[in-house]
Amino acid sequence: MRPVNEAELAEAIRGANGPLHIRGGGTRRIGAATGEVLETGGLAGVSLYEPGALTLVAGAGTPLAEVEALLAGERQRLPFEVPDLRGLLGRGGESTLGGVAAANASGPRRVQVGACRDALLGVRFVDGRGDVIKSGGRVMKNVTGYDLVKLLAGSWGTLGVISEVSVKVQAVPEAEATLSAPMAIGPAVAAMAAGLGSPYDLSGAAWCAGAVRLRLEGMAGSVAYRSERLAAHLGGDWQVVTGAASAALWREVRDVLPLQSVDGPEEGLTDGLAGAPVWRVSVKPSDAVALLVGLEGAALLDWGGGLVWYRGAGDLRGRAAALGGHATLVRGAGVAFHPEAPAVACLAAGLRATFDPRGILNTGLMG
Amino acid sequence: MDMPVPNAAVLGNKARIVARLLAVLPADAVIADPNETRAYECDALAAYRCAPLAVVLPRTTAEVAAALRVCHDMGVPVVPRGSGTSLAGGAMPTADCVVLGVSRMTAVLETDYPNRFVRVQSGRTNLAVTGAVEGEGFFYAPDPSSQLACAIAGNIAMNSGGAHCLKYGVTTNNLLGVTLVQMDGTVVEIGGAHPDAGGLDLLGLVCGSEGQLGVVTEAVLRILPKPEGARPVLIGFDSSEVAGACVSDIIKAGILPVAIEFMDRLLIEVCEDFAHAGYPDCEALLIIEVEGSDGEIDEQLAAIVGIARRHNPVEVRESRSEAEAKRIWLGRKSAFSAIGRISDYMCLDGTIPVSALPLVLRRIGELGAEHGLRVGNVFHAGDGNMHPLILYDANKPGDLEICEALGAAILKLCVEVGGCLTGEHGVGIEKRDLMGVQFTTADMEAQMRVKDVFDPKWLLNPAKVFPLDISAGRRVG
Repeated sequence: MRPVNEAELAEAIRGANGPLHIRGGGTRRIGAATGEVLETGGLAGVSLYEPGALTLVAGAGTPLAEVEALLAGERQRLPFEVPDLRGLLGRGGESTLGGVAAANASGPRRVQVGACRDALLGVRFVDGRGDVIKSGGRVMKNVTGYDLVKLLAGSWGTLGVISEVSVKVQAVPEAEATLSAPMAIGPAVAAMAAGLGSPYDLSGAAWCAGAVRLRLEGMAGSVAYRSERLAAHLGGDWQVVTGAASAALWREVRDVLPLQSVDGPEEGLTDGLAGAPVWRVSVKPSDAVALLVGLEGAALLDWGGGLVWYRGAGDLRGRAAALGGHATLVRGAGVAFHPEAPAVACLAAGLRATFDPRGILNTGLMG
Repeated sequence: MDMPVPNAAVLGNKARIVARLLAVLPADAVIADPNETRAYECDALAAYRCAPLAVVLPRTTAEVAAALRVCHDMGVPVVPRGSGTSLAGGAMPTADCVVLGVSRMTAVLETDYPNRFVRVQSGRTNLAVTGAVEGEGFFYAPDPSSQLACAIAGNIAMNSGGAHCLKYGVTTNNLLGVTLVQMDGTVVEIGGAHPDAGGLDLLGLVCGSEGQLGVVTEAVLRILPKPEGARPVLIGFDSSEVAGACVSDIIKAGILPVAIEFMDRLLIEVCEDFAHAGYPDCEALLIIEVEGSDGEIDEQLAAIVGIARRHNPVEVRESRSEAEAKRIWLGRKSAFSAIGRISDYMCLDGTIPVSALPLVLRRIGELGAEHGLRVGNVFHAGDGNMHPLILYDANKPGDLEICEALGAAILKLCVEVGGCLTGEHGVGIEKRDLMGVQFTTADMEAQMRVKDVFDPKWLLNPAKVFPLDISAGRRVG
């Protein structure tokens, strides 16, 4: 099914007589999928873009690339730096804005400006009953009624199918610079904490390919000043790269390139990563070291250590749970989402039951 | 303001309810004497008052759970209360309710600088959170103007903002986790020191739910390193429209001030009379603050002033010293006291798209004239969060009603231009009956179904947020 407007979407859901597999571009799907495919690609088009108000409203099926190109024309961008995980997950397709919202897909800049959910101003969606519902709007501050926008962000299509997204955008800064230095994981986490705890307003803190990377963005004079001060604050030798070279380093982090198999998509993998599961783990940043101790797979840390990507063998779920975090299996056989504590699971199940009483939206994906 | 008829069965059962509460709480944590419960009859929306049946002031999550279990068993509505600074009536009691105040829960439970968070009991005041970490050079960013008094519990309930949220976001963007007690006494830990939700974003849902989903007893808050410095620039214009256009140009240019504050002529004059800040005689004033080192501040202010000059300002005053900066802020920060000295007033809180500023300011003036009341404007212009202040005379019969009608007309205007009823104060009882202007019945039904999941008996703050006729089938009263 491929509805071309919200009314058709509501009709499709209302008339469904079995499970539906909700799909934007299919680029970042995780977990098992069952049911008839319901694509959002027909709900496309930017309906409002006001650069002076930093606001964009678009249909959920609008290709991410189209949104990014439109914004780039005004020297603006999505603040949350959407990861392209096709290589990591072995998927194809074209990412959509609605899919990004449903997955709360967020990149390295999260440490400074928050996740996708923090930039979402409003959503329209159709729940499992076929009711059209809106929450939020297109303004920067809005506390009118419950924040169902946050609830829908990262709900992976299980509560409703997003039909329209309203998002806060950001001006592309004049300059960027990255400080990098080779470091083992322990000192790396400490250096990231020191950087993020300094007044120099980092927009990225990652450990990738055996080196710490710390990013600064802003006006040219400010970036130059902070690069110098940050290096002095941290001590040691730091290599500073700017402009396009800096941006390339962060695409590598954002898209988790070092954990991708050399031959890309699923078949014909030839390197040591072939067939190994991929985990995305959320822990207290300083716990990243304990999480990975003794493991032999490949790892990349983002968000100062708060986000750990890991590819290889090991009981990541048990380790994450012991540290008070959680692990999502984004590639490989098994349950995708981390089991929740009973009281939380009970509330989540209650919400799913009320928004999707027939249990037809991405059935079983999140629990 | 309509409130539900108090439940006679609950009123008649007061002695037993109080006895049950005393059985699970320390004696000094239960207040039942009408002379004492009256202290809780209203919040900062003081036009509406009603003393509760009783008040409980627990000290721990376990005590909160015990009190809620008693009320749940006996069918007693509960109104959670932080510090009682709500401007929307969020903590206003009903005669048949128990007010659950968290004012004795003020402890700092954990500070973690490498991971940049602090865990506190929810009764701690906003400013005292910063107070607990500023010695190490950190602060808690959301800064509602009541920050000296307001509690984190209330900040979370209303998803409070503040003058500096243009750069740092509002409460929901700075909240990492909560301990939530449901109405039936179930204790739920949501989120924590790790950045992401493992499943559905219940944390985002709880924040801003106006005390209707549960009582937050503890919170994990993100703290940030303090910037090296901050300085404002003051820019005066001979029309509000031009000031609005200047704001839009600054934002579009990609400069990110921490605050862009706007005052119109009425506010400029009143504040000048009160505070003698040396404000220019003009139609509109912007105060724009930027952060960083001295050099960074100069770089940003130069860009801002460059943009402002293209709009022919009547005055541009950059602060060169701490004293000059203080003087620029002096008038703005005393705006509410200054207005309060000359008149009774009602403060609105709608948000509009920044691009609609000129139109909305003009229409507010016209609506004020039609209703025969003066309206001043002082607000966070960078994010379009307006605070029109309607001046009225509380002693003049009928004036409050005219003021309320004008307020409703202004908020409807905000929604019409693509905005919302409330940007940071919350719905409470104040905007409850206007919810239908912004939301369809299906929209509100979806929100109420969320409450059904968290609080199936609708005992937590039940007469708020949703119009009474819409929520009637769910509430007991």
